[in-house]
Amino acid sequence: MTSDQAVCDARRKEVVRQGISVGVATGLSGVSFGALAVAAGLSVLQTQALSLLMFTGGSQFALVGILAAGGSGASAIATSSLLGIRNGLYALQTSQFLQARGLRRLLAAHITIDESTAVGIAQKERPLQRVGFWVTGLAVLAGWNLMTLVGALVGNALGEPETWGLDAAAAGAFCALLWPRLQTGDGRATAVLAAFIALITIPLVPAGIPVILAALAAVVVGLMAHGRHERGEDGLPGSDPLP
Amino acid sequence: MNTWVTVLAACALAFLLKLSGYFVPARLMEGPRTSRISALLPAALLAGLIVTQTVAGSGGRIVLDARVAAVAVAAILLWRKANFLVVVGAAAATAALLRLSGWT
Repeated sequence: MTSDQAVCDARRKEVVRQGISVGVATGLSGVSFGALAVAAGLSVLQTQALSLLMFTGGSQFALVGILAAGGSGASAIATSSLLGIRNGLYALQTSQFLQARGLRRLLAAHITIDESTAVGIAQKERPLQRVGFWVTGLAVLAGWNLMTLVGALVGNALGEPETWGLDAAAAGAFCALLWPRLQTGDGRATAVLAAFIALITIPLVPAGIPVILAALAAVVVGLMAHGRHERGEDGLPGSDPLP
Repeated sequence: MNTWVTVLAACALAFLLKLSGYFVPARLMEGPRTSRISALLPAALLAGLIVTQTVAGSGGRIVLDARVAAVAVAAILLWRKANFLVVVGAAAATAALLRLSGWT
């Protein structure tokens, strides 16, 4: 019994360590979000509100990117929300092992992101899945917010964003987020079609709208791919380097 | 639209999307077509964002400037399996240096 207990404790510690290291690594990227958001014209408080309340990196970058490019608030909200749909899909899976109720469920929902889902579902036993989810989610929440503040304060002190290439940094961040999703043929086809749609619609519609139209690429490729595959497995949780 | 309204509305929607997965019966979202499209959605949006962030100029013009070079550098670094912060930093540095040199 005692040796079983020891094995169990060791595995638990391993999962905790895994979660915290993911939290530190992901949190560091918060610097770039903080700097970009203030460069886009958001206040430090608004930037921090996004990391604390929205807490899903891709959507946060998209929102400030579209606002910086002169897009409307409505198109910024639409794009960030479309990117946030995947968190709801993760929640379908995490809710199976979390079994959280009441306030715990609200907190669990808030930290349902790529990383917490990935570490959680990677564990074999239910108790460890819970540990993985909670430790990772809370570690990323802490790291991401702390480093967002650092980035926002540094970014505020830098002045003119273009001088420092911060506008290009946003594009670089999106490349890094897209990269893991190009591993499947469907992912690549979707990205190419979406890029094409955005390119031809930029001169035709107001800023922010081309991105929303680009989302149609997912529908087109998704419907065409349907029948060729039995089940969609691309866009797996944890494939993003951000929350 | 006021920036605070945009920020808070987007935050509220992000939370509701996360929460919906804890209340929606799993089978509603389990159709292969639905799950395939939603799995591909981030790739489509991110590709669209990259293009608009890289070549869109004021008034809907297509502009090729230092940002294109920055994205090329980012892509090469990603291909070389560089870390997220390295990619973002290198993209910024590329654009900043090109502008400093007066190329764009």
